[in-house]
Amino acid sequence: MGNNTVSMNLNLKIWRQKSATDKGEMVDYKLTDVSPDMSFLEMLDMLNDRLIREGKDPVAFDHDCREGICGMCSLMINGQAHGPERETTTCQLHMRSFKNGDTIVIEPWRAKAFPIHKDLMVDRSAFDEIIAAGGYVSVNTGHAPDANAIPIPKENADLAMDAAACIGCAACVASCKNASAMLFVSAKISQLALLPQGEAESKQRAEAMVAKMDELGFGNCTNEAECEASCPKGIDISNIARMNREFIKGGLTNR
Amino acid sequence: MSSRLTRIVGSSIVKKQAMAITGLLLCGFLVTHLAGNFLIIYSADAFNQYAYALTSNPLIYVAEAGLAALFLGHIGMAIKLTLENHKARPQKYYMKKPTGRGSTFASSTMPYTGMITLIFLVIHLINFKFGPLYMTTVDGVEMRDLYRTVVEYFASPLNVLWYIIAMVALGIHLSHGVWSAFQSLGFNHPSYTPTLRMASKAFAVLIVVGYSSLPIYCYLIQGGH
Repeated sequence: MGNNTVSMNLNLKIWRQKSATDKGEMVDYKLTDVSPDMSFLEMLDMLNDRLIREGKDPVAFDHDCREGICGMCSLMINGQAHGPERETTTCQLHMRSFKNGDTIVIEPWRAKAFPIHKDLMVDRSAFDEIIAAGGYVSVNTGHAPDANAIPIPKENADLAMDAAACIGCAACVASCKNASAMLFVSAKISQLALLPQGEAESKQRAEAMVAKMDELGFGNCTNEAECEASCPKGIDISNIARMNREFIKGGLTNR
Repeated sequence: MSSRLTRIVGSSIVKKQAMAITGLLLCGFLVTHLAGNFLIIYSADAFNQYAYALTSNPLIYVAEAGLAALFLGHIGMAIKLTLENHKARPQKYYMKKPTGRGSTFASSTMPYTGMITLIFLVIHLINFKFGPLYMTTVDGVEMRDLYRTVVEYFASPLNVLWYIIAMVALGIHLSHGVWSAFQSLGFNHPSYTPTLRMASKAFAVLIVVGYSSLPIYCYLIQGGH
């Protein structure tokens, strides 16, 4: 892991696109004196700082918490969603994962359902639309219940928590060769279906969310598990199998 | 409500489950067909009698129609899904690299190995089912000498080679397809899925070795000319 060089010189190839309607192109930048301790986004901040000083348009990219928990950062780095490290968001990726002299290709998530706003920023509202279609519990469940007021088997609680770890960053869609959203949708279906509060509406939920997902133009799953491998939160494809079951269960039994 | 029915049947999940069910049923056909083919080793008469018993039964038309429906369903749905998947990412990546922890050679080449299998299937039907017609008499019954058609075809090493290449492509297809079908149908279990993935590969090897052994056998019994 990493190296001990004090600073690194990098060749960046970045997707630049002025607006949603602009054609866009890959643009080369040289960046010198990059610290291996910088995060990937700090490296981009450094580039933008320079671009602003030069009176040029800075590179637009999404970010928010920079703690790996909000799901805002994205980026296809050298052909991999969130870069080369396992279970790591782009904001938690550090320049020590690269070598002095490396060429780094940086692109936005690419999917029909995620139109590009500008440069590396894409519109992920499609995910919000899927959630709005059924990824919730309709009744007001009140404030946090007393622990163990509703007995839930430990295994179910763990599985629901694993699914709930999804931050909705869409690396699954970005890395899937079919731009399928099934890992995201299945995580959102699973986190609710596994708990008694969410189970009540599980019959309608899978049907509604999958219908929305299909309508938005995401691709179809071919069970390659690139989504699982790219997921910064380690959501696994057994959730997709659960969604497949939930969908059939709902389709057959929901009136 | 018919719109709900069409939405469910046309959903991404049911479409991939249709791939899974047709695929698994076609695997059943592969096993039966292979078992029948092994009669070639037992004796020419046994093989011809088996073929005769199948083709002289009027139910063969029902069976063939069902088989054709499975093939057409699987292939048609594959084309539809592949086109949809292509459309889901209109602009491709400048650079895209597999993580090495997800997709495999088999999983990423499904449309291609499927296409090779389809081409093979057409050629296979032309060469055998609609191939040279010889007649023979076994136990006083006149029937087609399919054995001769098969053995003559495999006198050519090129035909043997093509057959084996096609079977390897099919095997690669199966090594992902069988396991994948179970996942699509909602079967993923921490205790059984790793075994199922192994079994999927084992089944693929069995099909490749089983089917490839017969052309090699036919070639060798003719002294290799």
